[in-house]
Amino acid sequence: MKFKYLLSALCLFIAPPAMAQTWQETLDAARGQTVYWHAWGGDPRTNSYIDWVNEQMQARFGVTVAQVPLTDTAEAVTRVLSERAAGQDTGGAVDLIWINGPNFLAMKEQDLLFGPFVSRLPNARFVDLSPDAPASVDFTVPVEGMESPWRLAKFVFIHDSARVPNPPRTMADLLDWARANEGRFTHPDPSNFMGASFLKQALISLVDDPAALQRPVTEADYDALTAPLWAWYDALRPLMWRGGETFPENESIQARLMNDGEIDITMSFDPSYAAAAIGLGLLPDTARVFVPEGGTLGNISFVAIPYNAAHPEAAQVVADFLLSPEAQAHMQNIDNLGAFSVLDPARLDAEAAAFFADLPQSPALPDLADLGPTLLEPHASWMTAISEDWAARYAR
Amino acid sequence: MGRAARIMVWGCAGAILLGPILLGLWVSLRASLGVFPALGSVDLTLAPYRALMETPGIWAAMWLSLRTGLVASLISFGLAVTFVAQARGSRLLAPLLAPFLAIPHAAIALGLAFLIAPSGWIMRVIALPFDLQTPPDWPLVNDPAGLALILGLIIKETPFLIIVMAAALSQLPLTRHLRIGASLGYSRPQIWAYVILPQLYPLIRPPVMVVLAYGLSVVDMALILGPNTPPSFAVMVMRLFSAPDLALLMPAFAGAVVQVVLILFALLALIVLERLLAHFGRAALRRGIRRTITVPQPVMALPRLVMGMGLFSILCLGLWSITWRWPWPAPLPTTWSMRLWQSAEWQDALRVSLGIAGASVALSLILALLILEAHGRTARALTPLIYLPLLVPQIGFLFGVNSALLNIGVASGVGGVIWGHILFVCPYMLLLLMDPWRAIPRPLLHCAASLGAGPWRRFFAVKLPLMLRPICIAAAVGFGVSIAQYLPTLFLGGGRVASLTTEAVALASGGDRRITGVYGSLKAAVPLLAYLAAFLIPRTIWRNRRAMREGVV
Repeated sequence: MKFKYLLSALCLFIAPPAMAQTWQETLDAARGQTVYWHAWGGDPRTNSYIDWVNEQMQARFGVTVAQVPLTDTAEAVTRVLSERAAGQDTGGAVDLIWINGPNFLAMKEQDLLFGPFVSRLPNARFVDLSPDAPASVDFTVPVEGMESPWRLAKFVFIHDSARVPNPPRTMADLLDWARANEGRFTHPDPSNFMGASFLKQALISLVDDPAALQRPVTEADYDALTAPLWAWYDALRPLMWRGGETFPENESIQARLMNDGEIDITMSFDPSYAAAAIGLGLLPDTARVFVPEGGTLGNISFVAIPYNAAHPEAAQVVADFLLSPEAQAHMQNIDNLGAFSVLDPARLDAEAAAFFADLPQSPALPDLADLGPTLLEPHASWMTAISEDWAARYAR
Repeated sequence: MGRAARIMVWGCAGAILLGPILLGLWVSLRASLGVFPALGSVDLTLAPYRALMETPGIWAAMWLSLRTGLVASLISFGLAVTFVAQARGSRLLAPLLAPFLAIPHAAIALGLAFLIAPSGWIMRVIALPFDLQTPPDWPLVNDPAGLALILGLIIKETPFLIIVMAAALSQLPLTRHLRIGASLGYSRPQIWAYVILPQLYPLIRPPVMVVLAYGLSVVDMALILGPNTPPSFAVMVMRLFSAPDLALLMPAFAGAVVQVVLILFALLALIVLERLLAHFGRAALRRGIRRTITVPQPVMALPRLVMGMGLFSILCLGLWSITWRWPWPAPLPTTWSMRLWQSAEWQDALRVSLGIAGASVALSLILALLILEAHGRTARALTPLIYLPLLVPQIGFLFGVNSALLNIGVASGVGGVIWGHILFVCPYMLLLLMDPWRAIPRPLLHCAASLGAGPWRRFFAVKLPLMLRPICIAAAVGFGVSIAQYLPTLFLGGGRVASLTTEAVALASGGDRRITGVYGSLKAAVPLLAYLAAFLIPRTIWRNRRAMREGVV
């Protein structure tokens, strides 16, 4: 035991503080390291994109990327927490996490993160990092360089155009449509990110004062602001699939219900999902994307490095590679992953823009213009508040 | 074995099999009372329990778990009795059913979920003749009452109980009882109820309790087949453990403790039920009424129907693994493809699973043989070793074990996972080896001893060859148990050990039945192949020894 403490004390002296390194030193230190990237494993296309990243990283930087597939990102957070509980402040099992709002907030509040590191990534120059830019605010929580963006998410609905030629354009229309088509609409369980996002999207569309949602729930009149949402939802719920008693676990399961013909509308946080899923045989060929009037929620997926990561240098090199125009274009290609790029088109030089020039098209792939305005995510506390309220109201 | 050696074996077995469970329960109990230094919490408080009780749907979830666990166990028991009571020579049938034991719960559940869904296979077959344009909006899976979950549990537990009953029946003079009962004018169902069951039940009581405890705390099957608003209690606790809000961690531990209490409560309910049945049964017995009771044919066919559904569930998995598109309402896939088998991803998971299963079965076998040699003739000493790991819900102690392991500086990885698997593999192997071991004919050993063979030689030259068949079967079942482990692989492997099961569950949340089909068929096929090997190995080795082939014991 004593020997172990001595060893870790020695390590503290040997390992230079990462922040003082030049990028070249980081690259040198990263060579030969393996990055354990904890990332939700439910999407085979994301998994194979991570495999591609691994191949590229091995060839270019001598870094191995091993995905640790999670069913829920919180597993990685719990892991880091239990390591800190055990006093394991170096050499942790998690090097990199694909992370979203509430998990980021939890880790940031508990000081479980490494960084700030984003501004030292060479490819961060292609990203708009000004204070109000989407890449600087994660669910209204300031990023402050503690996580690096890698893919864009924007809420869209997907309908089967063969069965629903004219999809509803507002939340009120959706209710009318559900009246005419009982049992053909549902949403993922609100304990899931996508299900809670659907409630948030409805809240933003129905609320009188959207700006109030930018502040924490505790500073707002919650009951008054959410009253229109629950009135609308009470009317909608009995008209839904299974009478609103049961909900699909997540959006992939819901897409499967649509593929099975059990429902007519699904939703995604990935505008190219319909095109990609058709190609994979996971949605009918007639699936198309639509967005409600007034725009939809949008946010960015990030990667973060835990404070006790065993390989923080290699993790940074991976985060930087994920931001490279080549990797971003490969990701945006619907033949590969089809997730929209986080790079700012205005910041791309000719060489970088060339990667995006000839990406394949598909009838189910919307143009950016079709997607309408991007609405700011409410403060992260809203998501927790409305999904808990939903559970209290409907989970009996 | 000498006394000192015996105590040492007992100590080792206790440390390996019981230590982690007791330690994990202790950590869970402490954390549930607010003592969890990781979150800077050190004061005793009931706050986690209060927070747990405020979770929406908590009472409904508990009631759901109790109901599904009890109902599924009772029906499985009834079906198993129906089956063994009508099967002639059920001892011979048991080996045919054993493969069912080896197929993991999650594989059956994944297949069944498609088989019975409103847009599932059964509905697709009848969609054309009944002209169904869209699938009916009926809650056939994930139904609020938990009927699909009950069906899944029945499919899995009935064969297990049949095997256990068949083994126990061989200890009873069944034919004599039937003959005497008939000559006294009782009908066959009456003889079973009055004479055979009262003798059979005490022999199979522990496995019945295992089935009940399992049904109450199962996570993977409940995720796939059970309702989700609210889910069963074990799933709810699992969700609390993985919630992003770290403040929910201590209520999750409280849930783990409550899960243990729920099982104790259900076992108590079972004991009350036993007493009641015994009381009223005696009263009926005293009246001595002879009555011709004929069990209707459909009821007699139910066990076979249930097992047929199990078979078709596995068939669903295989079919989906070679499908590209299978839209409603086609009765068979419209586009076939081997693409998913050609991708290399499943091969790594298969290698990892085989390695872990091989290692944990080998180590468990050594441990089990040591325990049997030390305590083989005193069943009482074996009981806690076998039944504690199978009765205590995994969620009650695994997270605690993980914290404790990290605290003493043991990094998670393959080693921890193998240990975690031994916790469950070894008890099953002991369960299967216990009776054959006790049945080793003593005269053979005495002969060997009088011919000058020492204890080692007696062990290797007499006992092991005699026990080859039971050992092979136990190893095959242990293999299946290891392949099926989800929570131990996930928690003790630090998420880095990607086995067939962890990958399958992660991919199942992705909703692509075709990939799930690949992993699910592998999960079913590997234990089946292991079982086939267990069947063939003794036959090959003893191809020139007829008596050994047929089994002395």
